[in-house]
Amino acid sequence: MPSFTYPEKNELERFVAARYRTGWVWQVIFLSALIIAIFSLSALLLNIVDGAFGYVAYEFKKDPLTISEKPLDQLNQQELIALLQANLSRGAYNKLNNEKPMESRSQGELYNLVIERIIQVKTLQTYPLFRSLFEKAAIEAEVSERYPGARLEFRSWLSPTFLTTPQSSKAEFAGVRTAVLGSLWLVGIAIAFALPVGVGAAVYLQEYANKKSFISRVIQTNINNLAGVPSIVYGMLGLAIFVRAWEPFTSGAMFGITDTNGRTILSAGLTMGILVLPLVIINAQEAIKAVPDSLRQAAYGVGATRWQTVWHHVLPNALPGILTGSILAMSRAIGETAPLIVVGASTFITIDPQSPFTKFTALPIQIYQWTSRAQSEFQAIAAAAILVLLGLLLTLNATAILLRNRFQRRW
Amino acid sequence: MQPANNTQYAIETRNLSIFYGEFEAVTNVNLQIEKQKITAIIGPSGCGKSTLLRAFNRMNDFVPTSHVRGEILLQGTNLYGKEIDPVEVRRRIGMVFQKPNPFPKSIYENIAWGARINGYKGNMDELVEQSLRAAALWDEVKDKLKQSAYALSGGQQQRLCIARTIAIQPEIILMDEPASALDPIATLKIEELMQELKRNYTIIIVTHNMQQAARVSDYTAMMMLHGDTRSGTVIEYDRTDVIFTRPKDKRTEDYVTGRFG
Ligand SMILES: Nc1ncnc2c1ncn2[C@@H]1O[C@H](COP(=O)(O)OP(=O)(O)O)[C@@H](O)[C@H]1O
Ligand SMILES: [Mg+2]
Repeated sequence: MPSFTYPEKNELERFVAARYRTGWVWQVIFLSALIIAIFSLSALLLNIVDGAFGYVAYEFKKDPLTISEKPLDQLNQQELIALLQANLSRGAYNKLNNEKPMESRSQGELYNLVIERIIQVKTLQTYPLFRSLFEKAAIEAEVSERYPGARLEFRSWLSPTFLTTPQSSKAEFAGVRTAVLGSLWLVGIAIAFALPVGVGAAVYLQEYANKKSFISRVIQTNINNLAGVPSIVYGMLGLAIFVRAWEPFTSGAMFGITDTNGRTILSAGLTMGILVLPLVIINAQEAIKAVPDSLRQAAYGVGATRWQTVWHHVLPNALPGILTGSILAMSRAIGETAPLIVVGASTFITIDPQSPFTKFTALPIQIYQWTSRAQSEFQAIAAAAILVLLGLLLTLNATAILLRNRFQRRW
Repeated sequence: MQPANNTQYAIETRNLSIFYGEFEAVTNVNLQIEKQKITAIIGPSGCGKSTLLRAFNRMNDFVPTSHVRGEILLQGTNLYGKEIDPVEVRRRIGMVFQKPNPFPKSIYENIAWGARINGYKGNMDELVEQSLRAAALWDEVKDKLKQSAYALSGGQQQRLCIARTIAIQPEIILMDEPASALDPIATLKIEELMQELKRNYTIIIVTHNMQQAARVSDYTAMMMLHGDTRSGTVIEYDRTDVIFTRPKDKRTEDYVTGRFG
């Protein structure tokens, strides 16, 4: 009988205390890691929020009070048209009228036109949210000293109008409509390509291919690695294949559309589709793997073919997982910037994308362009656009979680 | 053509060996399974009982490395012949698994699905009722046919799986430790049910429970690992009362009396 010696009495107490101490130290280390993580993430978010709201100092080229007796927003359509006629040069007026007849413009559109073309608001300086909240007096002093005659107004750069107006060269009138629509088109095309192809490939790999064979293993490894390839590489691929090689198809020339080149929504969408394809495949494989073998055996046991087993049992039960994975892939696609720049997103467009064969811009591109402008008002709308992007991402992720909870099965 | 007397057995193996890759899991089995009787396969774990059972309806095909040597004859036809479709084999030889595995669907659909994919053309309601009655489950579930099969108890689920198998009208029903996940009362119900079923079906059951084999089966095949090759084979096959009262092989005697190992 070997003798086992364990600590006794006093020694034991010290030993136990030491173990607790070690545990406590580690607990503190983990907690600090968590705090650092939360802190950096909140700092990021606060920084963006800080930029998207706050005081604006601006001035008018023409004072609204001098051009009309009534406040501008109380004028009706006819009065606004008259105002435009009176204050714009004949050429400028006719040009606008040719773009869209004045009579067919709504009161809101005409009002914006008056502000933009006659009043000509000019932003002098923008102030971030936290300064605006806590140092109002200092801001007022600074404005009255540096910009005499300027007006000061608290402004939320993120607003319903911001969402619904297209791009503009003046930050005060710019919105993200075109970019949001572009992003939605892109993600739509990407997922329309990646979902069927990805799920098909996943079903083949999981249910048909011999997983132990050399070829399967090579393919599997490659898919896993492709998921980690930097996105700009996909951009180059998209440029070479979709924009250049497939130009007749992606520009729509094949379908009789002549006014575009290959740098269309379709090219960009397909590039994004390939970019998220490995993700979709891997997620779908995981979802299919999670369907227990006992269910497959049950189906085969009553004389089902492989196809019947897959179609009636494996896929329906893997569907929630597949959908969740696809939505996460969509979130990835919606935030990607580099491949879009390579494929050739447009820098300035104001028309809504109408078909897959139109030029496009997307939210991250728009944000990238605005952040690279020096004026502080562009920084502010960039912050607002980032909030829109974050909102879209949150919505997608929340949908993924809802789907998962709703359809999750217990075995 | 095979001689006519082959068909006196429900199923017959000839020099059957089953491999997983290089590994020979089951060696040289020669069994003649009687029609409309219950045959039990017993033996220590890992001796290849499940492997042998799954060979009977080609469920081993799903292990890519598995292959067989020798023959399994069903009505004189080799189940592993080139012209044989394993899907058809599984329709004729149904299987009940160790852990109840109903489909995550309604009770009704659990039975209807197998029938439908096999081209059943008759009245579905009737088939569902008949199968559930045959599996002694009808009275318990007749009011909740549209409810999920997962709401049933383990024993009920297993009887549902039996009903699902009956519904496709197999000739033989294979059961791999069908009661090992169930409590004693549910086990008893399954055993009673087997006695009912053998009027119409040939049943082959794998069990690790000696009493169960002795209670329910007419014939018993005793399997054992061969010491050197780690490969299992049938060392004795006889009427159950013979196996349990006067076995010829010393190893069988040790095993059934609990002196094994
Ligand atoms: N899918 C498989 N692949 C490889 N070897 C297997 C597989 N299934 C079973 N075996 C092996 O075959 C032998 C017999 O297993 P099994 O038939 O499950 O035994 P039992 O049912 O009698 O416990 C064991 O050695 C086991 O490891
Ligand atoms: Mg077994």
